[in-house]
Amino acid sequence: MQEILFLIPALPLMGFLILSLAGRHLSKQVIAVVGAGVVCIAAITTIWLGINFLQTPQENGAYTVTLWRWMNVANFSCSFSLRVDALSLVFLFVITFVGALIHIYSAGFMKQDRDYARFFASMNLFVCAMLILVMADNLVLLYLGWEGVGLCSYLLIGFWYETTANVQAANKAFYITRIGDTAMAIGLFLLFRELGTLDIPAIQNAAPEHFTKSSPLITSIALLLLAGGMGKSAQVPLQTWLPDAMAGPSPVSALIHAATMVTAGVYLVARMHAVFQLSPLAMNITATVGAVTLLIAGCSAMVQTDIKRILAYSTISQVGYMFLALGVGAWSAGVFHFFTHAFFKALLFLAAGAVIESLHHEHGIFKMGGLKNKLPIVFYTFLAGAAALAALPLVTAGFFSKDQILWYAWSANGGSPMLWFVALAGAFITAFYTTRLMLVVFWGDVKTHIGEPPGRLMTWPLIILAVLSIVAGFIEWPHNMLHVTLFSDVVQKVLPAVTEKEGVPSESIFQLIAVVVTLLGIYTGYLLYKKNASIVAKWKLVSALVGLRNFFFSGWRFDQFYHTLFVRPFVFVTSLNKQDVIDKIYAGIVSMFQWLNGIFSVSQNGSMRTYVISVLIGIIFILALQFFL
Amino acid sequence: MILVWLIIVLLSGGMLCWITARWRPMAAKWIALCAVLADLAILLNIWLQYGKGVQAGTGTWMIQYQTAWIPSFGISFHVAIDGLSLILLLLTFFLGTLAVLCSWKEIKSRAGFYYFNLLWTLAGISGVFVALDLFLFYFFWEVMLVPMYLLILIWGDKNRRYAAYKFFIFTQAGGLLMLLSILSLYFIHGAQSGSYSYDYFSLLNTQLEPAAAKWIMMGFMIAFVIKLPMVPFHSWLPDAHSEAPTAGSLILAGLLLKTGAYGIIRFVLPLFHQAAVDIAWWAMLFGVIGIIYGALMAFAQTDIKRLIAYTSVSHMGFVLTGIFAFREIAMQGVVMQIVTHGISTGALFVLAGMIKERLHTRDISQMGGLWTSMPAMGGVAMLFTMASLGLPVLGNFIAEFLILMGTFQANVLLTVLASTGLVFSALYSLRMMQKVFLGPVTSGEKLTDITAREMIILATLSIAIILLGLYPQTVMDVVLSKK
Amino acid sequence: MQSYSVLVVAAILFVLGLLGVLTRRNIIFILISIEIMLNAAGVAFVAAGARWGQPDGQVMFLFILAMAASEVSVGLALVMQVYHQHKTLDVSKLNNLKDDIDV
Repeated sequence: MQEILFLIPALPLMGFLILSLAGRHLSKQVIAVVGAGVVCIAAITTIWLGINFLQTPQENGAYTVTLWRWMNVANFSCSFSLRVDALSLVFLFVITFVGALIHIYSAGFMKQDRDYARFFASMNLFVCAMLILVMADNLVLLYLGWEGVGLCSYLLIGFWYETTANVQAANKAFYITRIGDTAMAIGLFLLFRELGTLDIPAIQNAAPEHFTKSSPLITSIALLLLAGGMGKSAQVPLQTWLPDAMAGPSPVSALIHAATMVTAGVYLVARMHAVFQLSPLAMNITATVGAVTLLIAGCSAMVQTDIKRILAYSTISQVGYMFLALGVGAWSAGVFHFFTHAFFKALLFLAAGAVIESLHHEHGIFKMGGLKNKLPIVFYTFLAGAAALAALPLVTAGFFSKDQILWYAWSANGGSPMLWFVALAGAFITAFYTTRLMLVVFWGDVKTHIGEPPGRLMTWPLIILAVLSIVAGFIEWPHNMLHVTLFSDVVQKVLPAVTEKEGVPSESIFQLIAVVVTLLGIYTGYLLYKKNASIVAKWKLVSALVGLRNFFFSGWRFDQFYHTLFVRPFVFVTSLNKQDVIDKIYAGIVSMFQWLNGIFSVSQNGSMRTYVISVLIGIIFILALQFFL
Repeated sequence: MILVWLIIVLLSGGMLCWITARWRPMAAKWIALCAVLADLAILLNIWLQYGKGVQAGTGTWMIQYQTAWIPSFGISFHVAIDGLSLILLLLTFFLGTLAVLCSWKEIKSRAGFYYFNLLWTLAGISGVFVALDLFLFYFFWEVMLVPMYLLILIWGDKNRRYAAYKFFIFTQAGGLLMLLSILSLYFIHGAQSGSYSYDYFSLLNTQLEPAAAKWIMMGFMIAFVIKLPMVPFHSWLPDAHSEAPTAGSLILAGLLLKTGAYGIIRFVLPLFHQAAVDIAWWAMLFGVIGIIYGALMAFAQTDIKRLIAYTSVSHMGFVLTGIFAFREIAMQGVVMQIVTHGISTGALFVLAGMIKERLHTRDISQMGGLWTSMPAMGGVAMLFTMASLGLPVLGNFIAEFLILMGTFQANVLLTVLASTGLVFSALYSLRMMQKVFLGPVTSGEKLTDITAREMIILATLSIAIILLGLYPQTVMDVVLSKK
Repeated sequence: MQSYSVLVVAAILFVLGLLGVLTRRNIIFILISIEIMLNAAGVAFVAAGARWGQPDGQVMFLFILAMAASEVSVGLALVMQVYHQHKTLDVSKLNNLKDDIDV
C-alpha cells in the first residue's frame, strides 16, 4: 500500500510539468481536464489510501516510503521520504478533496482567462507542495513543501500581474511569510544542533529525553517554530499579508488562503506537539497569539466592505481559534476545527467568487444586494457556509468544532477563563459579521446589474461543499450529548489527548452560554442591518465611533505601523546608499592620486629655465651636504 | 597528462580562433565551441572513471602529473585534481560551453580575438583549479586576469574602460600581495629545509612562527577575498559585471569569483591552519556583513546587471562564512554554493543579456510586464529568481541550508544574522521580478520570446539547478573524497 | 695663489653664463651663455693643469673647444628648426613638453 504513496504528490506535479511546459499549445478543455484531473485522481488515491489505512492499522501508525537519499553529510542525513499517519491523513484528505472541488470550480471560473494553463499549472504545483508539506517525514522536506506553497501563493496572488497592486500584494505575502520561515529555519538549526536529526519521528522520540521540561532551549525552539507557523497562518503580528492576498482569483483564496496553506502553521504545531508540550510557556504563547488574533481579525472583519476581505479577516480569526485550541492542549479540537473550517470557508470563498463574477467583478458588499432570488444556488450554499461560520447550533459543522474549542479554552490544562472569554467574544463577533455579510449581500434591493449565473462546473462543487459544511461536524459530538468521537479517535493515535482541569463547571452551561452568545450575535446583526438600519446611520455621526471603525477597517493600523517602522526606513537607507558608500572610499583614493599628480606636474611645466634652476638647486643641495656632513 | 591536455586544448583553441578568424570569421565560434566541448567530454570521462571509486581508493588525488619546469628555482609543472577540483572543472566547462553559446550572436566585431580571450580566460581558470605548484598557480592566476580584462575593455558596455581598469587594478593588487606571500613562504621553507621549492606538498611542511604565518596568510587571504569578493573589497565587481559582455559576466560570476573560494579552501586552510582558525571569527563576521550589505545594495539598484552583481556579493558572503565555520556540513554547503551560485547567477546574467539584446537598456525602471510578450523567458526568470532567494528544490537552498546549519554549530549569533539574508534575498529578488517581468506592460514594441539557441542555454541551466536541488548527494560524494 | 685667482675668474664667468641661461628668453642668447659657461670650465681646467704641472688640463680644454664647436653647430641647427616650426625663439613659449593632467 505504501508504495503508491508517492503518487499522491507526483500526480499534481505531473500536471504542473505538462501544463507549464506544453500548456500554451493545449486547448482549454485539455488544460482543464489535465489540471483538475490529476488532483481528482490524487483525491481518489488519498481516499483509497485512507480507507486502507483505517482498516489495517500499521504497527508504527504510519505508512512510510523513502524515495531517495537527499543529503548525507557528516552526521546530517535526510531523505526524500514520505510518511502518512492519522494527522497527515486528515490534511491529505482536505487538500486533495477540497482541492479537487476547487479545481473543478476553477475550470468554470477561469474560462475567460487568457492564462488558463498558467493558472492550473500553479494550482497543481501548489497542491503538490502542500502534499509534500504534510507528508514529509523530516523537517527539511517539510520546509521544502513549506517554501513551495509560499511560492505558489506568491504566483497565484500575483496571477493578474499586470496590475501593480496585485504584484505588490504577492510580494508582501512572500516577504512576511519569509520572515516566519527564516525564524523556523533557525529553529531547525537549533533542533539539529541539539538532537542531531531532523526526522520527525526521531524528534518526537528524542525530544522528551533530551530536553528538560520548560528549559529556555526548548522554549526557544518551540517559539521559533511557532513564528514560522504564525507567518504562514497569518497570526498577529504577521497577519497583514492575508487581507491583501485577496488580490488573487477567488479559487486561489479558497484553496490557499482559506482551506489549506494558511493552516500549515496549525499542522506544524500539531506535528511538533512533542516539542511544544515540553514548554508550557510556548504553549501559553501559542494560545495567547491565537486569542489575540481571533479578536483583532474579528473586529476588522466587522467593518470591511469588500466581500473577500471580510472572509479573509474571518479566516485569520478562525485560524486564531485553531491556534488557541492547540495552545491550550486541545490538539484534536484544533485539527477538527481546521477540518470543518476547510469546507465552509472554501465554500464561502467559492460562493463569493461566483457572486463577484456574476456582478462583473464587483467586490463591495454595499453595491451588492438582493441576490437571494437571482442566484438561488449561490444563496443557499452561501447560507450553509455562513451558518457554519457563525456556528449555528447543532445543524452546522462549525458549531461542533468551535464548541469544543470554547469548552477547552477554559477546561483544558492550559486553558483559562480569560482565554474562554476572548473566544466567546470572538464567537459573538463572528456571528455578527456573518449575519451582516449575508443580509447586505443577499437581501435588500438589487444595486448592480446581475450577469450570467454560474455554470454547472461551478455550482456542483458549491453544493458538495455546502453539504459537507453541514454534516462534517456530525462525526464528533460534544461529550455530554452523544458519544460519537470518530474524528478524535483517529487523530489521537498521533496527537495526545487533552488533559482537563479539575473542578470546572459542567460542560452544558458553557454550551448554553455559547449558543446564547452566538444567537445574540446573529440578532445584533439582524437588528443593525435589517430591522433597524437607522442605528448604524446614527452611529456614523459620532466621530469616536467613526474613528474606531476606521481603526478596525485598516486592520488595527498594522500596515501603517510596519510601513513607518520598517518599510520606509529600509527603502530610505538603501536608496541613500544606492551608489555604494564603500565605492566612494576607492573613488577617494583615486582622486587623491589625481590631486598628487596635479601637484607634482607643476614641476614639469616645460620651461627650461625652471629645469635649470631645479638642477642648480640640486647641485647646491648636494654640495651643502658635502660641507655640513 | 590528461590535465595538461585540458589546458592545451583551450590555449591552442584560442590561438586557432584568432588565426582563422582572419580568413573565416564564422569559424572562430565553432572552433571555440569544439574546444570547450572537447574539454567537457574529457572531464566527464574522468568523472565517470573516478567520481565513484575514489572513496574506496587509496589517495585523495585522482590524477596527478608533475614535470620539471624551471628546476633551478624549484618550479615544477605540477597539476592534480581531487573531488573539489573535479567539481569546479566540471562547472568551468559547463559554463564555458554556455558562455560560447551566448556569445554566438552578441559578438560581431573581432570575433576571433574575442574567442581567443574567452578560451584563454577559461584556460587560466582551469589552470588555477588544477595547479599544485604555487608558482604555477600564480602564473594561471595572471593568465585568467589579462584576457578577462581585454574582454571587458573591448567588448564591454558604455563605461567599459573604467570597469576594466578597476577590475584589473583590484585583482592585480591582490595578486601582487599573494606573490609576496608565495615568495616569503618559498624562502622560509627553503631556509628551513635547504631545498627551495614551490611545490604544494613541500610547502605544507613549512614550520611558521605564528606572527609570520599570520602575515603571510593575510597576503593570500586578501588576494582571495578580493576575488570572492568580500565587503569592503567588492566594489570592482558591480562595475565589471555590469559592463562586461554577457559571456564575460557569466564567467566572472560563475567562475572567476569561485577561484577566490577555491584558493581559500585549497591553500589558506591547509597551509596556515592555526592562523586561519585565529581569524575565523572575523572572517565569518565579514561574510555576514557581505551577505547583508550585498542584499541591501541589490535592493536599491536600478541597473539589472548591477543588481545581480550585488546579489553575488551577498551569496559569496555565505561562502566566506561557511568556510570559516570549520564544520564539515558547512564546507559541503560551501561547495554546493559555489556550484549553484555559478549556475543560478550565471543564468540571471544570461537572462539580463537577453533582455538587453531586446530592449537595449539595463535600466529596470524602463522595463515591466515583459511576461506578457515573453512568457517562456519569464518562467525561466522566475525559476532563477527563486533559486537566488534560496527556494528548496533548487540547488541554492541546499547550499545555504547546509552552510547555515554548519555555522550554527560554530556561532549562533552570526548565523542568525546571516539568516536574515534569506529575508533580504526575497526582498531584492522579488523586486527584480516585479520590475522586469510583472506589472503593467511598458514597452510598446513587439518582443520575441526566447529562440531555440537561447532555449538550449536556459534549459540546460534550469535542469542543472533542479537536479542539484534534488540530488545534491552526487556532488557531495565527489567532494567527500577530498577528506 | 695664481691658480686661485684664475679659478675665481672662472667661477665668475660660470655664474655670468648661468645667469644668462636663466634670464635670457632668446635661444640664441642662451646658447651664447652656455658657451661662456663652457669657457669658464675650460679656464678652470687650464688653471688646474698649471697648478699640478700636468698637460691634461690643456688637453681637456682642446676637447672642450672641439665639443663646443660641434655643440654650437647642432644647437644652431635645432634653433633653425624650432624657428621654422614655431616662429619664435622665446623659450617661455616653447613648452610643449609640459604635462597637462586633464587629458
